[in-house]
Amino acid sequence: MTHILLRHRDIPDLDKLAVYEKQGGFKALKKVVTGMRPEAVTQLVMDSGLRGRGGAGFPTGRKWMFVDKNNWPHYVVVNADESEPGTFKDREILESNPLQFLEGVAIAAFAVEAHTAYIYLRGEFWPIAAELDKRIAAMEKAGYLGKRVFGTDYTLKVHTHLGAGAYICGEETALLESLEGKRGQPRIRPPFPPVSGLYGKPTVVNNVETLTNLPPIINNGADWYKSLGTADTVGVKIFCLSGRVRKPGNYELPFGITFRELIYEHGGGIIDGVPIKAIMAAGASSALILADDQTLDTPLDYGSVHRLGAELGSASVIVLDETVRLDWLIDKTMTFFKHESCGKCTPCRDGSFWMKHLTERIRDGNGSAEDVKLLDSVARQMQGKCLCALGEFSTQAVVSSIEKFPGDFGIKRKVSAS
Amino acid sequence: MTDRVTLTIDGKQVTVPAGMLVVDAAKKVAVHIPIFCYHPKLGSAAMCRQCLVEVGRPIIDHATGHPELEDGFPRIQFSAKLETACTTLVSEGMVVLTQSERARKGQKEVLEFLLTSHPLDCPICDKGGECPLQNLTMAHGPGKSRFLFDEKHHAEKQVPLGELIFLDRERCIQCGRCVRFQENVAGEPVIGFYQRGRSMDIVSFSEPGFDSVFSGNTTDICPVGALTTADFRFGARPWELMAAASICSQCAVGCNTTLNTRREARSDGQIVVKRVMPRQNEQVNELWICDKGRFAGYHYTERDDRLLKPQVRRDDKFRSVSWDAAFLQAAEKLQDAEKPVFLVSGRLSNEDLFNLLQLADGLGAETLLYTNMGGGDLTGMVGLTSGSNLADLGLGDVILVVASDLQEEAPLWWLRIKQAAERGAMLIVVNPRETKLEKHADYVVRYAYGDEIKTIQDMNKATHKIHKVFAKAANAVIFYGSEGLGLEGSSGLAGACTSLLVDTGHYARPNNGLVGVWQRANDQGAWELGFRPVKDLQVIFDKSEVVYIVGADPVGDGAVRLKKRKPFMIVQELLSTDTVGHADLVLPARAFTEREGTYTSGERRVQRFYQAVPPRGESRPDYEIVAEIAARLDTALEREPGLVMDQLAEHIPAFGGISYLKVSEVVEQWPVINRSELFYGGAVYENTQGLGMQLRPAPVTSFPVSKGKGGLRPKEGLLLAVPVNKLYDQGLTVLSAPLLRERIGELKVCMNPDEADRLGFENGARLRIGLNGNNAKALLVVDPTVPSGILLVPRSMGLPIFEAGMPVLSKVRKKVTG
Ligand SMILES: Cc1cc2nc3c(=O)[nH]c(=O)nc-3n(C[C@H](O)[C@H](O)[C@H](O)COP(=O)(O)O)c2cc1C
Ligand code: SF4
Ligand code: SF4
Ligand code: SF4
Ligand code: FES
Repeated sequence: MTHILLRHRDIPDLDKLAVYEKQGGFKALKKVVTGMRPEAVTQLVMDSGLRGRGGAGFPTGRKWMFVDKNNWPHYVVVNADESEPGTFKDREILESNPLQFLEGVAIAAFAVEAHTAYIYLRGEFWPIAAELDKRIAAMEKAGYLGKRVFGTDYTLKVHTHLGAGAYICGEETALLESLEGKRGQPRIRPPFPPVSGLYGKPTVVNNVETLTNLPPIINNGADWYKSLGTADTVGVKIFCLSGRVRKPGNYELPFGITFRELIYEHGGGIIDGVPIKAIMAAGASSALILADDQTLDTPLDYGSVHRLGAELGSASVIVLDETVRLDWLIDKTMTFFKHESCGKCTPCRDGSFWMKHLTERIRDGNGSAEDVKLLDSVARQMQGKCLCALGEFSTQAVVSSIEKFPGDFGIKRKVSAS
Repeated sequence: MTDRVTLTIDGKQVTVPAGMLVVDAAKKVAVHIPIFCYHPKLGSAAMCRQCLVEVGRPIIDHATGHPELEDGFPRIQFSAKLETACTTLVSEGMVVLTQSERARKGQKEVLEFLLTSHPLDCPICDKGGECPLQNLTMAHGPGKSRFLFDEKHHAEKQVPLGELIFLDRERCIQCGRCVRFQENVAGEPVIGFYQRGRSMDIVSFSEPGFDSVFSGNTTDICPVGALTTADFRFGARPWELMAAASICSQCAVGCNTTLNTRREARSDGQIVVKRVMPRQNEQVNELWICDKGRFAGYHYTERDDRLLKPQVRRDDKFRSVSWDAAFLQAAEKLQDAEKPVFLVSGRLSNEDLFNLLQLADGLGAETLLYTNMGGGDLTGMVGLTSGSNLADLGLGDVILVVASDLQEEAPLWWLRIKQAAERGAMLIVVNPRETKLEKHADYVVRYAYGDEIKTIQDMNKATHKIHKVFAKAANAVIFYGSEGLGLEGSSGLAGACTSLLVDTGHYARPNNGLVGVWQRANDQGAWELGFRPVKDLQVIFDKSEVVYIVGADPVGDGAVRLKKRKPFMIVQELLSTDTVGHADLVLPARAFTEREGTYTSGERRVQRFYQAVPPRGESRPDYEIVAEIAARLDTALEREPGLVMDQLAEHIPAFGGISYLKVSEVVEQWPVINRSELFYGGAVYENTQGLGMQLRPAPVTSFPVSKGKGGLRPKEGLLLAVPVNKLYDQGLTVLSAPLLRERIGELKVCMNPDEADRLGFENGARLRIGLNGNNAKALLVVDPTVPSGILLVPRSMGLPIFEAGMPVLSKVRKKVTG
């Protein structure tokens, strides 16, 4: 299969302007800027059924339609914070197929009539930002960005901005705060960014992968895109496969392939052939899925994974085999969430701190059955109370592990050394 | 669509404006939803999650657009999750349950989370007894902890954010109220959060720490004992305190305060003031006071050098005498003198001043107001009138501030004007140098020292932009000060401002008029009663036989120099001032904390203060001392302040209709503050003792034509010393607060870098300044916002710069430092 997003895997040097141009690059942008009205572009994206790839899966065209036409200017902000443990797809796009991504940024900006776009990258991506800056400059020189895009009246400035190492800055409102130079903490919603975003102005926040889908959609049409994937979730997705598989990595596949296909056909199966125990489909934020035959044959789309009691999120599939103890695992996730809790709201700030104490005690074999119960209770007590999804995410692995793998939480007591 | 919606909260129906938050709507029907981060003056933050409630909304039938009915009642759908009452807007037909099992469970669970990290050291916490967290824990908290004590988060417990405010990092519940207060209300974001997650801490990034004149307010709204004042911490327990309503005597704003007192062994069994708290008055200070009012508020009344007994000078020594003897001598001296002079200040209450006026009348004495700022005759005519409230000013209105560094001189006015500007009022700041208010201004007009009157006169030309702005504005208020100006200059400036207001029709109606940025709490009252300043006090002292000085220190201020022949001086005072040192008869007065009275604020609001502590020594209230002297001259004056006020109201037209009963009236204020609950508004006191009453406009037939020159101008190659007012100065009322010493610092004079270069001085140089025959050492601060040719000299900082208003040119010599 040829790639739609990871095209650089098929075409060498696709990150070079000349090569990208020769391969049909900027055709979509030209078509949009010189021949389409912004609303028509939005409608086309709406019709294509494209949903956000940042995790929440919100229909992209619909988000654009919410942009308030009575408040100007508008902004496009690209979420390139990619910090979910087990997620590494945006990085490959940014490093190896940056021009398709930038073309997508420009299409989105034109559609929502923005003249400024910001790309917010996690701080560790500084070399990528430097490369992007060069490419933006080159595109400006070639007339694809900057003043008078393709000789029209349309102007678009694209800027890169580096974060400072906080997972929460991937949450779109915390990202906007951070971009404004404030502490990266989520805002109260509503209002949502399309109504009041960056500097209080209507703003579209989209994920890198989401935007990279735009040039092929414009070029090939909504129906073409809809023909890929499943009825529930159309299109293609980059699955980030990691954990105990032989060949971890990014796999661009249509929605609807099964876990089994992903893990065994593409991922080469499990190391040493150990049976699979559980799957986390959305990185550290996932509820654990018990890996039985039914699960393995479940198609990977938003609806099907949801019916398993989990979410597909950004499709960061972490595979856990029988060698992985879940008391160890949830201590790992809690280390992460306690460290990344922004501290703005009580349940997450104090709950993650409390949970981490408990998971550590349990992992070290110092916990009692009461501690496991308490951990479960603390996690559930957080649910539905947090200001943003991070706090809610932090409870997922904990609650589902205890529920589905009680054996991993049997009480062991350390033998005293007397 | 209506702009009001009706909803039901815990079974109580309430109709409120659309756009209101559920938490506020609940307050309207006395349903107190527990909150920590929300505050009615700070808005929503959604941080603490304590305010979780069940919210149901009617299900709307899409076909009809009307609510679906079930047994004749709308069908209500409750949301799956609990909602935060502090972010949820009311909607028609909404049903809110704050006490349902689910809601209570949610609230309890959040409280448990908070308590896992809280030290619960209530027994040694200053907030204990008036702490929202403590109260809510007692009401809803779990009896037993599920959290292992050993795993508690520990943090530093006594962190000075500056020398005024201390932070206990363990007690902080990260509600962000303090941070939001500084950022949104005070406009001085000098504190903030540092780190994240459980490690999140409050820090101050300013130098000096927590550099804001409003910092104390954060300790009132902090819902736990995390923020405490250096003034009160470890000082007393809230439940030991008694409360007396008072009015701040530190500036002309007249903030409503509550003085908390207790009887304590530490003070020899005396009842003493332990702290100053704001008392709600939405027309004056809302829920706030400034740090001067809080930390300097009353300390001067407790000085060791308080005058405790009447004294006479005999053989150049003071001897204590009985009151009777003192009254008699005063009466005799006053009667015998040809034309005695009464020199009084705006420190005195309306009642004191009225009795003085009556006595002076009977004696044919001259009455003089001790001040270096003029224009009070005009503020009496075109000042603010009943029904005025700075909170009403907004879009379509204009506020002009001239010749005043308002944050230094009247902090709460600064705050309220900033808020008016934020609501859309046009703010015009006219000043010879940059001040903090300018950040919030729409227009900044810079003039050269000396051009103040001309600048305003120019603005009043029909073609001038600002004249047009005034002409169009719905309401207009001008605040004028005395920066760089003496008596004559400020009088002239007031005149120019009056012309602008009168010509554009902005007087004699609510929310329009002229406000003087006076230095004393009751300067306005003194003007209203007819006291007037003179240009040259020295002449008065040189020629008069008897001078009766009440509440003023002309000798200490350098306003007069006593010569060999000096008048017989009767000095009625609180403290041993320099003037007292030269007195012939000393009459010890009571402090405002020890008696009753009223002040007339700069906004012409008469407000009442009450006795909080017993008097010191044999001191007596000023009005009573005056009445006693009068009695010995066969003049009967009232000795009961309420009755004095009745007389006053009868005699002085502007005070018509004012009585103690009237000024003690209260109406319900929004937000509703209630100390029985504490979490909504903070520890601030509710106002049950009166909102005060504004004076009527004086009937005006004609206005004096504005004349007079502005201040002096700098001359080529010479420096002009310009007096400026500082919030924290070495005046006795401030200096007596030990806590503020560091903020007061030493005498600092400021000059432009070019000027300093020319004179060969560096920033931080020590200088000796000679000014009008006086000398002082000072630290030089080189400051680019000071115009060239100008040396800023703060008033009341050790170098007398009173001088009947005119700043004096002087040479600056560098002092050789060892
Ligand atoms: C804690 C948290 C972290 C997130 N991190 C990212 C991220 O790194 N990248 C991303 O694109 N979206 C992230 N999201 C989702 C964004 O909030 C937002 O939904 C997304 O950027 C929207 O873009 P899309 O519609 O194109 O998916 C995160 C959300 C949460 C709650
Ligand atoms: S849930 Fe966690 S990350 Fe989100 S706002 Fe609350 S403390 Fe911050
Ligand atoms: S110090 Fe007090 S007001 Fe400030 S965040 Fe902490 S608890 Fe809230
Ligand atoms: S603003 Fe004035 S009246 Fe108010 S507290 Fe401060 S000094 Fe006192
Ligand atoms: S979240 Fe509502 S009061 Fe704090």
